[in-house]
Amino acid sequence: MRRLRQDWPALALAPAVALLALPVMDLPTWIALTAAGAAMGMMLFLMAAGLTLIFGLMDVLNFAHGAFITLGAYVAASVMGALASWVGADDLARNLAALAVAVLAAAAAAGAAGLVFERGIIRRVYGAHLQQILITVGGMIVAEQLILAAWGAQPVQVGKPVTLRGSFVLAGAAVEKYRLVAVALGLLVFAAMQLTLNRTRIGLLVRAGVENREMVEALGYRIRRLFIGVFVAGTALAGIGGVMWAVYQELVTAAVGADMTILVFIVVIIGGLGSVGGCFAGAVLVGLTTNYIGFLAPKLALGSNIALMVLVLLWRPRGLLPLAR
Amino acid sequence: MSDDVLLRLAGVHTHIGRYHILHGVDLAVREGRLTMLLGRNGAGKTTTLRTVMGMWRASAGLIDFAGAPISGRATPDIARLGIAYVPESMGIFGQLTVRENLLLAAGPAGLHPGRLDGVFAIFPVLREKLHQAAGTLSGGQKQMVAISRAIVEERRLIIVDEPTKGLAPAVIGQLIAAFQALKRQRTTILMVEQNFHMAQALGDDVAVMDDGRVVHTGTMADLADDDALQTRLLGLSLASHQ
Ligand SMILES: Nc1ncnc2c1ncn2[C@@H]1O[C@H](COP(=O)(O)OP(=O)(O)O)[C@@H](O)[C@H]1O
Ligand SMILES: [Mg+2]
Repeated sequence: MRRLRQDWPALALAPAVALLALPVMDLPTWIALTAAGAAMGMMLFLMAAGLTLIFGLMDVLNFAHGAFITLGAYVAASVMGALASWVGADDLARNLAALAVAVLAAAAAAGAAGLVFERGIIRRVYGAHLQQILITVGGMIVAEQLILAAWGAQPVQVGKPVTLRGSFVLAGAAVEKYRLVAVALGLLVFAAMQLTLNRTRIGLLVRAGVENREMVEALGYRIRRLFIGVFVAGTALAGIGGVMWAVYQELVTAAVGADMTILVFIVVIIGGLGSVGGCFAGAVLVGLTTNYIGFLAPKLALGSNIALMVLVLLWRPRGLLPLAR
Repeated sequence: MSDDVLLRLAGVHTHIGRYHILHGVDLAVREGRLTMLLGRNGAGKTTTLRTVMGMWRASAGLIDFAGAPISGRATPDIARLGIAYVPESMGIFGQLTVRENLLLAAGPAGLHPGRLDGVFAIFPVLREKLHQAAGTLSGGQKQMVAISRAIVEERRLIIVDEPTKGLAPAVIGQLIAAFQALKRQRTTILMVEQNFHMAQALGDDVAVMDDGRVVHTGTMADLADDDALQTRLLGLSLASHQ
């Protein structure tokens, strides 16, 4: 209860921004932009959730996180290509099945790459922030080159499943169908994460570890194993975010992860480092403002998210829903 | 000393970074007794406890627990031998409820109702705080949670670092009563304490540290009776904490 009293202004921020945008545009535009913002927010959440947990639990700043987004995006391109007949069928079940295969394959590929990355590199730089920055920035460059070598330098087309193309009309506004899928998946992952964190023993250990790693070890738990699990889960989520983004854009380039990294870091900082709930609130906020500003003042679009971050931090220096430490 | 020694440190050196903090600590904690580790601020008491727990690695010397060497082992493995550690900072998980704090301390079998009742018998106030976030408790109640985590599961040794630090006298009285109850159950305890009233009330054996070494060992009774020895060993640091 006390938490709710502290947290409601932060939770109300995204809805408040949406309400503020309503008077300055017509209703159909507002609906379309809000739907677009919510979908973008959910995809950002998928990409950012792992990053915030990895930082919260292990104090690791992983600037290579975007590489796992890129990997997921390319796996999506390959899977959707291989399942072209499902993607091209005018049949919702097959379309969703193709997307589900892409999501699972990308999660597996990104999670496996995450495991190799943690065991091979991150493990050696626990506790050393400067080395983490250098080695993960380097890792990002190497990963991008590996992906270019595997998939080629040309942008790759990604098939969007037939029944998820186009829009439906809601109160005179055109809302892209695919955005609903993105919102649904984002909410599903958020709910699953909350359940895992709040209702399972592993989740209890993660929450405790985010607060005080050393004490978790003093209670007899080998936190290194937990680290590995969270790192793998976090990179798998980034891969899923990459799939959703690639299918949305219908095109993948090797720069997609690096491009998203800036937004993803803004989301994580706005939400409060380590906070999954804050990450969700921050992602929705960034998604909505990006879309509203993109419509109202396209020239400001680039700087608007940085301005948003500065404003949020001026109001709440540790982010929207910071962890108590 | 006799073979009822549960924890023994012999010639333990600890470096933190490039600082040489412990210079050959010798210490024996006997089974079923409360050993009080005294010494002025900065003498190396906390470092000694952390070295036992594997949070700092001993650079030389031997640490034996129940007859087997434990130096060089990882903290979780040391804890699993049945050693509970209550750090100076208490190490409470403030975002977690009191129950969740205890649950983590209870190990894979979960909270045993009987042991939980045992905790409430010692700290009755925790019963009504069970579902409250531990971060919202008072300092004294947090310390009760920290100690409860150590006793909610069967342990062979409980290590406690300055449990009265920053607490009001009324709470200190409650903590003394709590540790007296634990002593009646013949729990083996290694405690660092600056409050000499508490130290005197609870200690069976005593070890005094200075400059990274143990400079005196004996019984608490002997030290309490010998004003000259107290002054020599503990000097101003003791008087200022009375
Ligand atoms: N993390 C650390 N880094 C550097 N020096 C430390 C650290 N922790 C403790 N020390 C030093 O080690 C000495 C012993 O500290 P400590 O064991 O905390 O003493 P006590 O608990 O007896 O007050 C002090 O001089 C302290 O400054
Ligand atoms: Mg100390």
